[in-house]
Amino acid sequence: MAALINVPPKAKRGDIIEIKTLMSHIMETGYRHTADGAVVPRDIITSFACRYNGSEIFRAELFPAIAANPFLSFFPIAADSGTFDFEWTGDNGFSATATAKITVE
Amino acid sequence: MRPVPAMATAALLLAMLPGHAGEIPPDARRSGTSFMAAETRAIQDDDSANPGMLWALDGDELWRRKVGASGQSCADCHGDARDSMTGVASRYPAFDRETGQPVNLEQRINLERERHQQAPLLAYESHDLLALEALVARQSRGLPIASGTDPELAPFVARGRELFTRRQGQLNLSCANCHDDNWDKHLAGSAVTQGHPTGYPLYRLEWQTLGSLQRRLRGCIFGVRAQPYEFGTPELVELELYLMTRAAGMAMEAPAVRP
Amino acid sequence: MTEAQTTRRHVLALTAGAAVASAVPLIIVRPAAATPATLAAAIRAVVGTAVVHPGKVRLEIPPLVENGNTVPMTVSVANPMTSEDHVRSIHVFNEKNPQPNIGNFHLGPRAGSAQVSTRIRLADSQKITAIAQLSDGSFWSISVDVIVTLAACTEELI
Repeated sequence: MAALINVPPKAKRGDIIEIKTLMSHIMETGYRHTADGAVVPRDIITSFACRYNGSEIFRAELFPAIAANPFLSFFPIAADSGTFDFEWTGDNGFSATATAKITVE
Repeated sequence: MRPVPAMATAALLLAMLPGHAGEIPPDARRSGTSFMAAETRAIQDDDSANPGMLWALDGDELWRRKVGASGQSCADCHGDARDSMTGVASRYPAFDRETGQPVNLEQRINLERERHQQAPLLAYESHDLLALEALVARQSRGLPIASGTDPELAPFVARGRELFTRRQGQLNLSCANCHDDNWDKHLAGSAVTQGHPTGYPLYRLEWQTLGSLQRRLRGCIFGVRAQPYEFGTPELVELELYLMTRAAGMAMEAPAVRP
Repeated sequence: MTEAQTTRRHVLALTAGAAVASAVPLIIVRPAAATPATLAAAIRAVVGTAVVHPGKVRLEIPPLVENGNTVPMTVSVANPMTSEDHVRSIHVFNEKNPQPNIGNFHLGPRAGSAQVSTRIRLADSQKITAIAQLSDGSFWSISVDVIVTLAACTEELI
């Protein structure tokens, strides 16, 4: 599944940076029906977490009200050079990860 | 008792108008972008927030994947799409010499797979076909639309224009009735645009996914209560071709976002 | 199913106002919406019996929404975000979707700015409520009214 991550490659220590994430996912609500009345079962991403050099800095619980191909943007502080790890988990064992590096001077 | 739908009333009023008022003057043409709310435009303008770019990302991976009996990838012949595909989408649908007909980008991708990769064809509106199309179309972003200049295409453009101006369906509306004569008015809360295909394939908020121009055309034809043509039929390709010539010179925006 | 019932269902598919897109043709059967009671219960699950003060939270959402399927939303709290004084979490609720929750966002002192943007679905014109919990345990909230206009044509994958 494609993920689009936007993390500034460089930042100054103490800067507030914006991270934007976009993940491919249908986010099927579980409230739609087929023509013969059967419910289309829920299939959504239920949680997203971002770790910065191993420590969790942001976590989100998502519900069917989040639009398809969920977009999330948040604002960490640039502390040390290193890695951001992103993880999405959801229904039906959905699991996706991504990483991005940052150089902090 | 069923209430009379708003569209039926609109259709009655439009049917009373004298006929096709005429094409939009070239300098009065506006892309669908200009009819959108600012926040929807903001999604389109940001490549890290535009969901259509997810398909272009996948397309990039598919471009380099070896497929079929040939064991070749698109990249093996065409190199980096960022170089070789510049300006390609802006002149589609294009004339295919072998079949003597215009083909759209989706058909061209499948013809390449069939003729050069000996790979199975990709279904219309399938994820993989849309991803490759999004990748190719993205390489024409900002370039002026230049389809239909091949003289062999003239009879097909004419047929497309005829399809565009012909009333159809239970609501007895032609594309021109709304998109030439009544653009910038509203239909049930949505803006009626001029109908220029500047952004395809595009992420439609209504679909919550990326889709092709043919999907949009079928949706509109269904909306006037006519039987939509199947994907890939000559009528839809001719309509696409006419729409692109009608938008000649306008900048490509693919993959766009639309409400 | 009798002939008449099948016909009504088909008509429902053609005239329903909301959007559908899928590999299978879909009809819309409006499920029970979040009631004031379910919304209150969802909020209580977060705040318990604590008082929720209006203020401090900003909720940016277009007042007139072009398409309820994808609505950009930004929720933020002006806050120094230090270890002594920060936003622990922000919870967003709605009143008329089938379910009262939209998202819960967990921040903390390593978050530089208490600001989160996402895109949400709104089933109808309704009130959206955001509640933030600060590091001192207090709860603050804001509510915004949004008008949702639906698209003109029924959209099925055809």
